[in-house]
Amino acid sequence: MAQDTTSPSQDILSTAELWVKSGRNVAVATVIETWGSAPRPVGSHLVIDEDGNFEGSVSGGCVEGAVVSEAVDVIETGDPALLEFGVADETAWQVGLSCGGRIRVYVEPLISSKHS
Amino acid sequence: MDLSLLSRLNEIRAARGAAILITDLETGHQRLIQSGQDCTGDPLETELTKRFHSGKSGTIETKTGNHFLTVSVPSPRLVLIGAVHITQALVPMAELAGFDVTVIDPRTAFATEDRFPSATLKADWPEEVLKNEPLDAYTALAAVTHDPKIDDFPLQAALKAGCFYVGALGSRKTHGKRLDRLRDNGVTETDLARIEAPIGQDIGAASPAEIAVAILGSVIKALRKPGTV
Repeated sequence: MAQDTTSPSQDILSTAELWVKSGRNVAVATVIETWGSAPRPVGSHLVIDEDGNFEGSVSGGCVEGAVVSEAVDVIETGDPALLEFGVADETAWQVGLSCGGRIRVYVEPLISSKHS
Repeated sequence: MDLSLLSRLNEIRAARGAAILITDLETGHQRLIQSGQDCTGDPLETELTKRFHSGKSGTIETKTGNHFLTVSVPSPRLVLIGAVHITQALVPMAELAGFDVTVIDPRTAFATEDRFPSATLKADWPEEVLKNEPLDAYTALAAVTHDPKIDDFPLQAALKAGCFYVGALGSRKTHGKRLDRLRDNGVTETDLARIEAPIGQDIGAASPAEIAVAILGSVIKALRKPGTV
């Protein structure tokens, strides 16, 4: 009971570190902005590996699929990406947020060697 | 993100530290600021101070473009001095509200596992327990034993550590005597004024459980509206 001193969104960052240290290629997605009734707060994380395995959530299920496939590209290219989801988006039919909110998600590769 | 940066962030978090990861959304460049680190002259100085307080992550616009601040602060903790009847009601309430709770009481008649979940209970003197689990700015402390031998030390430690809430049970008369003792120990008037006494929100609480609600109300208010308790 109440032994876990870190919030779930924070644990994801420990998971990300463990995954990289066990040799997996990893990207971290972070909710950086929300409008309207977005389901997960700013700062929520999703960690993804090159096979599309993931932990955490950025939307409570609505757009995770799209973020994961984008993250696999990010891992491949090594370039961060900025994604936006919402009802106003042209992809709304596939991956819109049913709650009517909008979110912006930053996806970045986790790199294990020093480089800027 | 560089793994070494993430490792450092995770280390800080594991030690109940606070840190902000700053990401330049245009260039992808990142840097990490640890709480307590001198950031005088940093272009984001004011923003950083504000965010360490609020614990909220968010995007900010600057002259050099948009930056995202991933703010990591420890989960709030409540340290209760005194395993009394009020505490029995307060522990489950505070846990429901998301606090990590620790109960400290050296009196083994009070601090029993029948009365408290063993994980939260430390049946030892506050001086001993706080040596291993020091207080910090993300911790609230309420002293409810009425006994100066037990309460005075942790109250002073809480003021020194900058706990976001410090409260002490006792009548105005009891509190008056307490203030005299702490003053004699060198506690400043500014610090003394930070102790909430009588403890808790003024809701006319009568039973131990109602007093627990009043205390939790004050702790949450101090957390969410700093400077108002």
